[in-house]
Amino acid sequence: MFWWLVWRDLILAWRRRADVLATLFFFVIVVSLFPLGIGPEAQLLRTIAPGIVWVAALLASMLSLGRIFGNDYQDGTLEQILLTPQPIYLLVLAKVLAHWLVSEVPLVAIAPLLGVQFGLSQNTLGTIAVSLLLGTPVLSLIGSIGAALTLGLRAANVLIALLVLPLCIPALIFGAGAVEASVDGTNSQPWLLLLAATLIVSLVFAPWATSAALKISVE
Amino acid sequence: MSVRSINWYKYAAPANFYPLAGKMIPSLTGITAVLFIMGLYLSFFVAPTDFQQGEAYRIIFIHVPAAWMGMFLYVLMAVYAGLGWAFNARLASMMATAISTTGAVFTFISLVTGALWGRPAWGVYWVWDARMTSTLILMFLYVGFISLQSSIDDPRRADRAGAVLALVGLINIPIIYFSVQWWNSLHQGATIRIANKPTMAPTMLAAMLILLAACWMYSIAVVLVRVRCIIREREREAPWLAEAVA
Repeated sequence: MFWWLVWRDLILAWRRRADVLATLFFFVIVVSLFPLGIGPEAQLLRTIAPGIVWVAALLASMLSLGRIFGNDYQDGTLEQILLTPQPIYLLVLAKVLAHWLVSEVPLVAIAPLLGVQFGLSQNTLGTIAVSLLLGTPVLSLIGSIGAALTLGLRAANVLIALLVLPLCIPALIFGAGAVEASVDGTNSQPWLLLLAATLIVSLVFAPWATSAALKISVE
Repeated sequence: MSVRSINWYKYAAPANFYPLAGKMIPSLTGITAVLFIMGLYLSFFVAPTDFQQGEAYRIIFIHVPAAWMGMFLYVLMAVYAGLGWAFNARLASMMATAISTTGAVFTFISLVTGALWGRPAWGVYWVWDARMTSTLILMFLYVGFISLQSSIDDPRRADRAGAVLALVGLINIPIIYFSVQWWNSLHQGATIRIANKPTMAPTMLAAMLILLAACWMYSIAVVLVRVRCIIREREREAPWLAEAVA
């Protein structure tokens, strides 16, 4: 059931490729707008690159959060899924995993390329990829709570961002901190370990909160 | 049930709580007024002038109680929301909704007074100091809670959804606090640190504690007024309400 659900969501996402690509291009455009707004000074861009890439990733993943449960909720599939005898915890985890694979992994893959625009070193590009690889699941997990709470509400997308962004601040700080440490030439490992710890904590607690929220919203 | 036991649950019913709250509000308001007058008198006329900061330091007499209230009330709100969700107690959820606005107001006051104090003390209105940043994030959490509840039309769902959000926020607060602190020490060079304050004069402490008590009394009174409004709104069909209002 777990893998079935993941596979089903992947197929659905493949049939609506345009949605995924739109999120990806949003990310690329936001990151590219900053040099245009700030100016092409290489030193300055290198300093602010970690924050920009991370904040842009955060914003881009807000766009796709509504889709975790939104379509299934509208056509009634979600109710059927919740009625199955499987533990809801696992079903939520499957939905979140599918969302991460579809919407976040492309961001992780393209982020180092954007780092090149900012003149970052190879080492730093690697850190960007690793930090996003550890950090984006946290965004999906915490985001799923917001997505479940706002199911079927007016202006749900804005509301999700309002609820989820403050809760994602630790991930942003640790992730951007790791990249920044790498730019400065200091050790980025402590930040990555903190990020991994955040991931583990949210992996344990977030699906639980999401299932509670789903029960409340679908009822 | 034994004869001697007190029925603690009696006032969990809005029908019993509504008149009780109505009786408590006038005396609470009176206590609030007395405490505020005492506290403000002490803080403006009795407490000595600080020799480093002059008169500007007097803003802490409202700043510190407001900041404390902002934090306490978030915890209180989350506890009430959790109780309301776990035991399906309507009144506890209504209390959580009533507290959220007051908590947000106090957090906002502490941010504004902090900025106004920062100008004479450090020469700038805003510093990305760990404490100020986490207060700002606390404000965001309140805004999230209030906007989630106000965009859900069904009150039962609004109560429970708010409870999930408040509890998630409560677990997250320590993580946010420490991450902001580490983030701040990473960027230490750019920030102005708040110097350790010298130990406070007893009158200063007394004034601050009295104002803290005043803020508590004010919060309780206002929350009770608000919860009565919420009860009237949600239970408008109930026969007892027509009798109580008449």
